[in-house]
Amino acid sequence: MSNSVRVAYLPLVDACILIAAKELGSAADQGIDLVLERETSWANVRDRIAIGHVDAAHMLAPMPIAANLRLTPFDTEVIAPMALGLGGNAITISQTLRQEAGFSEAVTAPGEAGATLRRAVANGGERKLRIGVVHRHSAHNLELRYWLAASGVDPDRDCEIVILPPPLMPDALAKDQVDAFCVGEPWNSVAVSTGAGAILTTKNLIWASSPEKVLGVHSEWARKNDGLLKALVRSLYGAAKWCSDPANADALQKMLAQPRYLGIDETVVAQALSGPAGYEPFDRAATFPWQSHAMWFYTQMVRWGMVEHTAPGLDLARRTYRPDLYRDALREFDAVVPSSSMKVEGALTSSVPVGAIGGELVLGPDGFFDGKVFDPDKVEDYLKSQARGA
Amino acid sequence: MSQPQTSVLVIDTSPARAAIIEEGLRAEGYERVQLVTDVERLAARIEVIAPDVIVMDLGNPKRDMLESMLQVTRAVKKPVAMFVDRSDRQSMEQAIEAGVSAYVVDGFRQDRIKSIMEMAISRFNAFSRMERELEQAKSALADRVVIDKAKHLLMKSRGLSEDAAYKILRKTAMDQNRRVVEVAESLLMSAALLGGDEP
Repeated sequence: MSNSVRVAYLPLVDACILIAAKELGSAADQGIDLVLERETSWANVRDRIAIGHVDAAHMLAPMPIAANLRLTPFDTEVIAPMALGLGGNAITISQTLRQEAGFSEAVTAPGEAGATLRRAVANGGERKLRIGVVHRHSAHNLELRYWLAASGVDPDRDCEIVILPPPLMPDALAKDQVDAFCVGEPWNSVAVSTGAGAILTTKNLIWASSPEKVLGVHSEWARKNDGLLKALVRSLYGAAKWCSDPANADALQKMLAQPRYLGIDETVVAQALSGPAGYEPFDRAATFPWQSHAMWFYTQMVRWGMVEHTAPGLDLARRTYRPDLYRDALREFDAVVPSSSMKVEGALTSSVPVGAIGGELVLGPDGFFDGKVFDPDKVEDYLKSQARGA
Repeated sequence: MSQPQTSVLVIDTSPARAAIIEEGLRAEGYERVQLVTDVERLAARIEVIAPDVIVMDLGNPKRDMLESMLQVTRAVKKPVAMFVDRSDRQSMEQAIEAGVSAYVVDGFRQDRIKSIMEMAISRFNAFSRMERELEQAKSALADRVVIDKAKHLLMKSRGLSEDAAYKILRKTAMDQNRRVVEVAESLLMSAALLGGDEP
């Protein structure tokens, strides 16, 4: 039987765990031949996993949920046995908007930034703010909307949220084709380095310790290749640990900057890795697929009318993330793994050591900027509190 | 067979391939065909074109943007679905392998989109084949230049005829189980390292 595992990715900083697993030989150590295939769009990733061109992919965290809820063209079941890090994206605004609204050049707390934006919208008359995100089913879109709504800005009435490919965002910002964008690194750093924009606030500040990408795996492939899947998770766990170690920062940025991976300037990669977007590949259980994360994404998809809420739908969303497979793969591996599969998002206001399988883990903070708490046992109440007009 | 009612929009980053698709559509009787290679201001143009079918290449990095545009645009009055959809797995696989995708407005007849897709798939494949052949031809040409240089080096340094020089290269290649061009490359490299005549 073949030991090759084909994984598609987009050239973004948080593909680093996959790239490092290949380059460091962590995948080979686990007995798999990891074949990485760079893609140009999330739609291509979706199509290629659907027809089995690739077995797994670097995916936007809500993408597998959208696939299982049948919001995408193919009847493909996708599971997420692992997350690919925490944080890593930011909201960057154009110089024009910054001056008009009177934002400072420094990264601003989401509450304060939101209040300033609300005033700008109120003074702006009929004009809608144009904000770019990478995909409808992305953490970017959902967190941006959460922040806007919590700040009293209606994401649909006051804004026009448009989809743009990440590499085009800095240019669109420079030309004032968009007023702001929410995108993963390195594209915020690119916009800052060219002077096109300034980072206003970050995903980490809106929802602390939240996931951005996951490893999406074709569920049929996962069922038939249990051994390979476990080996893949183990190799990625090892690679994530390596990526997180500051001693490897130099080697990591060189690795990513290569033309066949990200193909952008090494100093920009370095800035993206160490900058305010704060991507974390390993610490704080960064690769653990919390089902409460999947459920929160689901609530926001309901909130913005992408799907109608049903109990089976919620269950399907929850079961898309597979902490059981993660634990299984890392049993008897030198790993510290959370013993629960869900947590109350917003319960930890600071970093706290918690008991875990294999040792002690430091988790959190994990709250939302507006102090609201998401309890996965009280989804109905949460949805009601966010219903339009509520 | 004339298809006067159907408006087809072809979005392709390669103008040459777009032209080949257009030609194929016209051959099948589709007269209302529009080509777009640059997607600037596409939403406004879609409004004018009002396409029933959109054929798009998968290499386009703006595909996510185009898909969302099709979902939200008011220009296309009816909902747009991806053709390579649940119903026909085989053609979906063939389309993705060929690197093409299509979107249709709701209610468009399945048998008609099928014939458009079959044409697009075969023309995309033919285009890829042509590109590969061109690539091979280029590389064959480059090989010939290297072999010629090595031949001339041998002719000059050992006073051989062109035919004899080539025979030496070929025999060495056969003895070492290598390609002639590889032997020629090593020879040129050794000559350069030894500071001999510039080949």
